[in-house]
Amino acid sequence: MTGRTLITDIQNTWCPGCGNFSIQHTLKNILADLEKEGRSLDDVVLVSGIGCHAKIADYLNINSFYSLHGRTIPVATGIKLANPRLTVICCCGDGDCYAEGLDHLLFAAKRNLDITVVVHNNRVYGLTTGQYTPTSPLGFRGKSTPLGTEEFPFNPLELMLASGATYVARGYTKKMDQLKSLIRGGIDHHGFSFIDTLQICATFFPAADYYTPRVYDLADHDPARFMDACTRAREWDYNGDAKIPLGVFYRARFPTFDDRMAQKEMDQDHRDAAVGAILASRT
Amino acid sequence: MNDVSVLIGGKAGDGINSAGAMVARLLGRMGYQIYLYFDYPSLIRGGHNFAVIRGAETSIGTCHENVDFLLALNQETVQRHRDQLNPGASIVFNADLVKGEGQGVPVTSILHEEQAPAIMGNSALIGGFAKSAGIPWETVESVFRSQIPRGIDQNLKVARRAYDQLATVNPIESYNRPGLPLLSGNEAIGLGLARGGLEAYVSYPMTPSSSLLHFLAEEKEKLGLTVVHPENEIAVVLMALGFAYAGKRSAVGTSGGGFCLMTEGLSLAGMAELPLVFVVSQRTGPSTGLPTYTGQTELQFVLHAGQGEFPRLIVAPGDAEEALYWSAVAMNTAWKFQVPAFILPDKTLSEGTYSVGNDRIPPVKREDPVAVDLGYRYKRYADNPTGISPLEYPGAKDAAVKVNSYAHDDAGFTTEEAEMVDLMTRKRLRKWEGLIMEMEKYPVVNSSGPAGARTAILCWGSTKGACREVAGNLGLKLVQPVVLSPFPMTALNAALDGVKTVICVEENATAQLATLAGMHGITIHKKILKYDGRPFTYESLLARVQEALS
Repeated sequence: MTGRTLITDIQNTWCPGCGNFSIQHTLKNILADLEKEGRSLDDVVLVSGIGCHAKIADYLNINSFYSLHGRTIPVATGIKLANPRLTVICCCGDGDCYAEGLDHLLFAAKRNLDITVVVHNNRVYGLTTGQYTPTSPLGFRGKSTPLGTEEFPFNPLELMLASGATYVARGYTKKMDQLKSLIRGGIDHHGFSFIDTLQICATFFPAADYYTPRVYDLADHDPARFMDACTRAREWDYNGDAKIPLGVFYRARFPTFDDRMAQKEMDQDHRDAAVGAILASRT
Repeated sequence: MNDVSVLIGGKAGDGINSAGAMVARLLGRMGYQIYLYFDYPSLIRGGHNFAVIRGAETSIGTCHENVDFLLALNQETVQRHRDQLNPGASIVFNADLVKGEGQGVPVTSILHEEQAPAIMGNSALIGGFAKSAGIPWETVESVFRSQIPRGIDQNLKVARRAYDQLATVNPIESYNRPGLPLLSGNEAIGLGLARGGLEAYVSYPMTPSSSLLHFLAEEKEKLGLTVVHPENEIAVVLMALGFAYAGKRSAVGTSGGGFCLMTEGLSLAGMAELPLVFVVSQRTGPSTGLPTYTGQTELQFVLHAGQGEFPRLIVAPGDAEEALYWSAVAMNTAWKFQVPAFILPDKTLSEGTYSVGNDRIPPVKREDPVAVDLGYRYKRYADNPTGISPLEYPGAKDAAVKVNSYAHDDAGFTTEEAEMVDLMTRKRLRKWEGLIMEMEKYPVVNSSGPAGARTAILCWGSTKGACREVAGNLGLKLVQPVVLSPFPMTALNAALDGVKTVICVEENATAQLATLAGMHGITIHKKILKYDGRPFTYESLLARVQEALS
């Protein structure tokens, strides 16, 4: 136990009522639990993209890589392959990893890389002051679409199930106990964990009145059954008026990319000798 | 004959590259120093491929226009290259497919007699060539045994039949000295990076960098590497930065088009002060351009790529030995200064094969930063007189290792405070000054030729091979800066001391080195430029230099 203060003294600049507070608080509690269980927070790394969500890298007092818009996941991939002992948590935004960096998200799921991806899905660009994102509903009026969008949103859960993620969950920032168990479940899962987190944007998309009456817990669902997971993931399409299930949709054990790619450490003397041997074989 | 050139040609898919490599080994075992140029279009089957293998007494890096041996796997090879024959040249050809004068090898009947598969046809041609050149059978057998992993006995029988049927018409001299290792430029870069401590190589395939990915993937167990081929070049550079943050020495490889996608990651490396080596192997552009042909068009691009201002090292090796040495230096220097470093070869160097004398390469020892163990007091961007902060990685006890793409304070927290932004900018730029001084320890500019020469050829990268020979034979000075950023002002001015006329030779259309030199006050009097994707041969450059001198 290090006695590490988990929250830094950096001034917090999220808007009052922002859903990011709930995610930060949840992660802080999870980190505190990990430490109580005897795990060293020295071995935890947080990777964030760019956007309101990403400020969490400044606010949590752990190792962090505050990367580029959309690029949390390739950074996290490099970190995890470099040192598989590290617990790597990605905090991404919906514009961040469903738009700019969607390819990386799909590939990390395809590879079943053992990292945990928490998407702060407020379904709007906040830091750039209110444009639609890939999960905004059809007709969303943002600054770049003043007359409303002309495209349907993605269902990120379907994308993840199709791509090979082995832990697929959805949480909601106004259900913090559940959110904590979902993220913690993702961290404990050995494989690619994805938690789409419905989040309020207090300024540009204050959708609590939409979410709160619609959300319910996936109590009667067996997450080991892939086809059931697909069906339940389609109950709500991020657009229409439907009940919104929360919980773990899918969970499965498969070999991970980092396990498959594991490379024995080699000291430089051995590497230099190998260079010499390769040269000698080329006459 | 002590300067031997062999051209082997056929259609794509005929195995010209590996047959060329066999010829190179044969000449290597005869004590020659080798340069091999491989010319192929961007397709998998069909089309004309050829390799020119040249052997000489001394180290070389260019071809002659004409050859002494023509090895033709098809009729097109004879048609295309018959005007490139030196007097007395020997033509060895597949008699089943080629009509012509010279030494025909009845490949089909040999394969039939040995009940050998068609793929062994090249062995017959090589056996025939060896006899035509008077290369002893023991040498042929030894090269075959070291080069051919499967079916060696049958291959040797096929080669022997052709060897016995042909006459020695064009005997080459033997130098009676052990052959030097042969490496492609990309292999040399790979081994140099390993010498500098490479632990992870991340790359998306793109000619002419792909053979570096293939080589390191093949040798990753021996060299203790993680090799990753991700979804695109954006992922490539960001993954590599993840490796660097976690303390693993990493490199990425691409060509100009792939590097376009890496520039946001380059700028992040500059801001976050993460060490990373970029191998950018140049080909003919713009855009998709000529994928399998050469060019020196990315110097100004890599000099200026990435938003914002930050220090960077750029080295442009001129041959495989320099590639091996400078790749190790680039890796070490990137880590010493926590900056991005570039290795800037081109197709000619990357895919050319050279003799490499390991004892001609200065040793490079990996240098590791010392752990500081500051615990919770650790600050990733702690300022100091050198601007180089102590380096720790996630896992360090009680530390929070925070890197950041935003302007940040010394602990890695985002800041917009003017004073801190000013301080951190100056910290990063102080590393530039350190880097300039560091590079003074290295042979950053190669120069050769008579001390009193009034005319110098100035070149960079792979054109060194042709320029060195032309300068040598015309009594001119040769000046070749290897480090291009930080610009080696002092060394370059020293090398050009007393020179009245500077002729800059480049394989691009806008004279990028001449522009760079001009920005540093060096006057270029004449420019010799070539931009058709084909490298200078000795003769083609000689004619252009003589024209410039007249």
